[in-house]
Amino acid sequence: MTDTGLVMRGVTLRFGDGDDTVLALDGVDLTVAPGQFVAVVGPSGAGKSSLLAVAGGLTVPTSGSVTLAGQDMTVPSARARAALRRESVGFVFQSGNLIPALTAVDQIRLPARFGGLGSRARDAVALLDEVGMAQKANRRPHQLSGGERQRVGIARALVNRPRLLLVDEPTAALDRTRSHEVVELLARETKENDVATVMVTHDHDVLRHCTTVYEMIDGRLMPVP
Amino acid sequence: MFLAVRELRFAKARFGLMGAVVALIAVLVVLLSGLSSGLVNDGVSGLQRIPATSFAFADGVQHDAAFSRSVVDISAVDSWKAQPRVADAAPFGNALINARSGSGVEIDLALFGVPTDSFLAPPVDEGSRLGAANGIVVSRTAIDAGLRVGDTVTVDRIGTRLTVVGAMADQHTFGHVDVAYLPLPVWQEIKAGVRPGESVPDGTYDEITAVAVRSVDGAEVDLAAGDRAAGTESLTRTESFGASPGYTAETSTLRLIEWFLYAISALVVGAFFTVWTIQRRAEIAVLRAMGAPTGYLLRDGLAQALALLLLAVGAGVAVGTAAGSLVGGGIPFALSAPAIAVAALLLLVLGLAGAAVAIVRIAAVDPLTALGANR
Repeated sequence: MTDTGLVMRGVTLRFGDGDDTVLALDGVDLTVAPGQFVAVVGPSGAGKSSLLAVAGGLTVPTSGSVTLAGQDMTVPSARARAALRRESVGFVFQSGNLIPALTAVDQIRLPARFGGLGSRARDAVALLDEVGMAQKANRRPHQLSGGERQRVGIARALVNRPRLLLVDEPTAALDRTRSHEVVELLARETKENDVATVMVTHDHDVLRHCTTVYEMIDGRLMPVP
Repeated sequence: MFLAVRELRFAKARFGLMGAVVALIAVLVVLLSGLSSGLVNDGVSGLQRIPATSFAFADGVQHDAAFSRSVVDISAVDSWKAQPRVADAAPFGNALINARSGSGVEIDLALFGVPTDSFLAPPVDEGSRLGAANGIVVSRTAIDAGLRVGDTVTVDRIGTRLTVVGAMADQHTFGHVDVAYLPLPVWQEIKAGVRPGESVPDGTYDEITAVAVRSVDGAEVDLAAGDRAAGTESLTRTESFGASPGYTAETSTLRLIEWFLYAISALVVGAFFTVWTIQRRAEIAVLRAMGAPTGYLLRDGLAQALALLLLAVGAGVAVGTAAGSLVGGGIPFALSAPAIAVAALLLLVLGLAGAAVAIVRIAAVDPLTALGANR
């Protein structure tokens, strides 16, 4: 047990109503301590994205509790959950999902401008340097390779010093070498920033960089030995 | 503005095209507004510059042709003078005539017959004031068109000869025709069709078009009471503009076109930002997943629309004003700063409203779609 990381207890997420319900998450228990790098593998539609959505406060579960450093992430107000996300959660999306109009350094500056976080935000240039992108600070996403985009995406997720890093299929668009580099970077940042990281992936190749691996099947989460 | 400005710079071509459309509409609106003001000047500047607050026409006169149809007995003038808060009242005669200058050039004139000693007698910039029998004082525009002080003009058909004794400083036109002020009795003879040397029929000097009434400064005359006493039907000076030939039709046509342009501009801006917002759905979902407050995204979007509109309307007004100043003398055209300011403001406000309708869609983008296979 930890009161500084992510704690999910008996989390169930049901979509739809009547006979047509889909059980996306079925009694999920998961604890991720700061500095821990957890991977979740499993087939498409097993509920991996739902797990990230609930952990990051994007979706409120049907039942169960989710806390991050003791903070309830299942509050009903969407505005309050947005505030929790910008203060405590970093997202890394598939293929980076950067804003086309922004240069690499501006991608990182943007989240710090969402309000109330100015003083806590890390320096964008230093962060870019940390992920090995200092040379390309003024490039826009279309001028970067897939791996470079992902590096910028990781730096962006870390700028507000989150407690929780949620990573969605970071290697979906990358070749083997780039995949390893990106996941290695995630592992290193997880340790250096003492952040609890949950990565959802199809890519069994990169699991050796992770602390713990879970498999998700039909909404149930099981440890992989 | 952080994102808004960078997007404007990044999607220069798209925003540029959009801005160009708004700018062209702004040019058109400025030119139309110039044409509008020009036509208003041409139609009623003669009336605008009369120091009267209202005109009392014959009871029951058709409002859109009051100046040409109304006949009032001159006794109504005294009745109006006796009304409270009336500073002065004077007989006023109006007629549109064809004439020929000494050199044979055909000219049209709007004759304003007024007593030479009344408050209606116009100030002159050149020559002398009304007074001489058959002497007329003409609009500056008639001088610009080639008429000279000292010239003689002959009224068609009846042959009355009028001499230009003076010219006013400004444009005085009525129904697109230059105004010539002349002594009331001469106007009454021309109106009655009396040829020079003929005997004047009884009653000729009793008929006028209307009573021009001037209220005490700052006070309002009870027009209904005055009308009851004098047996007339009053129109304020502004209302009487509608009685100038073609005035209502011209101004309402132009106004209709202007309002269509405002509506088109708002719709075009709205359509553009609708497409733009839909194109950005995925990145808006990402921003919202990262916890961007909805208010931040809405403010950013509106600021972007406002910046684009300011640039486009500004450029359009500048080009329109420059083009307007090149419009030649033959076309009724006058740029008026307040009219242009109102037009620019309307383009901004309506364009922003159109954009706002599109931009509020940001609030409906589900941050969940940033994750996984939903994209």
